[in-house]
Amino acid sequence: MTTQLTLVVKRDCPTCTLLEPVYAALAASGIALDVWTQDDPAFPESVPGAFDEGLERSFRLGVEIVPTLIRREDGEETGRTWGWDRAEWERLTGLDSLGADLPPFRPGCGAKNVEPGMPEALAARFGSARLKSRRVPLAPLEDEVEAAYDRGWSDGLPVVPPTEARVLAMLDGTTRDPGEVLGLVPPNLQPCTVEKVAVNAVMAGCKPEYLPLVLAVVEAALDDAFCMHGVLATTYYIGPIVIANGPVRRAIGMNAKGNVLGQGNRANATVGRALQLVVRNVGGGKPQGVDRAALGNPGKYTFCFPEDEEGSAWPPLSESRGAGAGASAVTLFAGYGVMGVVDQDSRTPEALVETFADVFRGLENRNRRNIDAVIVVSPEHDRVFRAGGWSRGDFEAALRTALDEPGHATPKLREGGLLIVRAGGGAGMFSAILPGWAATGPVGSIPVTKEVGT
Amino acid sequence: MRNTPVLVDPTGEVEPARREPLARPDSLDGRTVALLDISKARGDVFLDRLHRRLDERGIEVKRYMKPTFARTAPIAVKQQIASEAALVVEGLAD
Repeated sequence: MTTQLTLVVKRDCPTCTLLEPVYAALAASGIALDVWTQDDPAFPESVPGAFDEGLERSFRLGVEIVPTLIRREDGEETGRTWGWDRAEWERLTGLDSLGADLPPFRPGCGAKNVEPGMPEALAARFGSARLKSRRVPLAPLEDEVEAAYDRGWSDGLPVVPPTEARVLAMLDGTTRDPGEVLGLVPPNLQPCTVEKVAVNAVMAGCKPEYLPLVLAVVEAALDDAFCMHGVLATTYYIGPIVIANGPVRRAIGMNAKGNVLGQGNRANATVGRALQLVVRNVGGGKPQGVDRAALGNPGKYTFCFPEDEEGSAWPPLSESRGAGAGASAVTLFAGYGVMGVVDQDSRTPEALVETFADVFRGLENRNRRNIDAVIVVSPEHDRVFRAGGWSRGDFEAALRTALDEPGHATPKLREGGLLIVRAGGGAGMFSAILPGWAATGPVGSIPVTKEVGT
Repeated sequence: MRNTPVLVDPTGEVEPARREPLARPDSLDGRTVALLDISKARGDVFLDRLHRRLDERGIEVKRYMKPTFARTAPIAVKQQIASEAALVVEGLAD
């Protein structure tokens, strides 16, 4: 068995300079030792060291604190320690009385390869072999944002240029293998890897910590039940609407309060946009190409919002659809919006539900049946239901009853096609209906709920 | 000079990374052809001749001019051509 010690140090660290006698003792012990210095080729003075000028060795070793001491047996790492802890160094090296004249403990210093901005730069320089996507070199004077427009990658708004450093940083947001295939993206049915989602999430403006949510959104869109091809290709207004539930909403700072369906929150805006860019770029789905929408709707740039679970007396939408209690989850709905439900007068659930029914009666065309829809109940309307002790199920049942019309075999609202969520700002007795596609249920799109992974 | 930037391809990679020029039209029938004079000496002679040949074939022609060959066309000229014509012929040198 061959034992090898590797030491990474820098002159600028007082603990590293303090340990000169220890380095000398290691060199004299007969154990193979290689020493890497991050800042000064003349350091350490007690043993010869190699200069890790580009910090590649430090990057590959995953050093975060100097000094770091690593032990390998036959090439396999068997332990490491950082900073100075005499007992640890003696245990790792098998040597006694190391640095006997030194204090027993001194904390180390931050390594140069983890200084702000360095991990991303080093990952791009030395870790980009992880990325399997084709590289697109630009001309020296070509602007990155304009280049993305010129190549058809944009939805019409500027995209963040997907550099190797940004894509690698994005991939750090998930534990999943960049090469894992999530499914085939319509219309071209191209395999969609975690890496391709990351590239498009970068362009959409996502932070790396949004990536697990974006991956769940893409998985839901690629679920056969959602019928992403039809949702894209239809002449109808619709696009995917993303509703987030669970701890992820607050973890990444989504907005479930005022202007919940509007602009201004990075996570809301970019998670929905990332899905649209995946469909556009990986799938090749573009307006006036396979996207045959007559009018479309502004939500096709992005349409993603969280439920205000904390403000709601009802269980989260995701739990009502089978996701685990307390789990983060996304629900995808093929729809558009926003149709107002304005009622500043009703003080009882019975009166308020009649207003919702009125809007549904006139929705799109009075003869429309089998409608799917999301109802976004505003806090001031929620208050009326809450005061009356109504559950989500009570609301839905009363709405269906109100919409019953003699002589119609098909219900106004498709069974299983109504999603009721609670969100919005505290003032304003204004709820909303987000109508679904004309092709609902098994012949078209069925809402899909997926739990968010890591 | 800065380094040449490299981007990671966000697409399904079914098309070449190199940008392809727009396909040439099968026919000029029904299309308006723009003739752009870049203000270089005797460019008008060439474009006048081309204009006559297109007239003989019954193809609608519109004439445009850059104020100077030394600079790219003003945005207004580019927008006017894009709005009014399907193709453009530009005399690039003398």
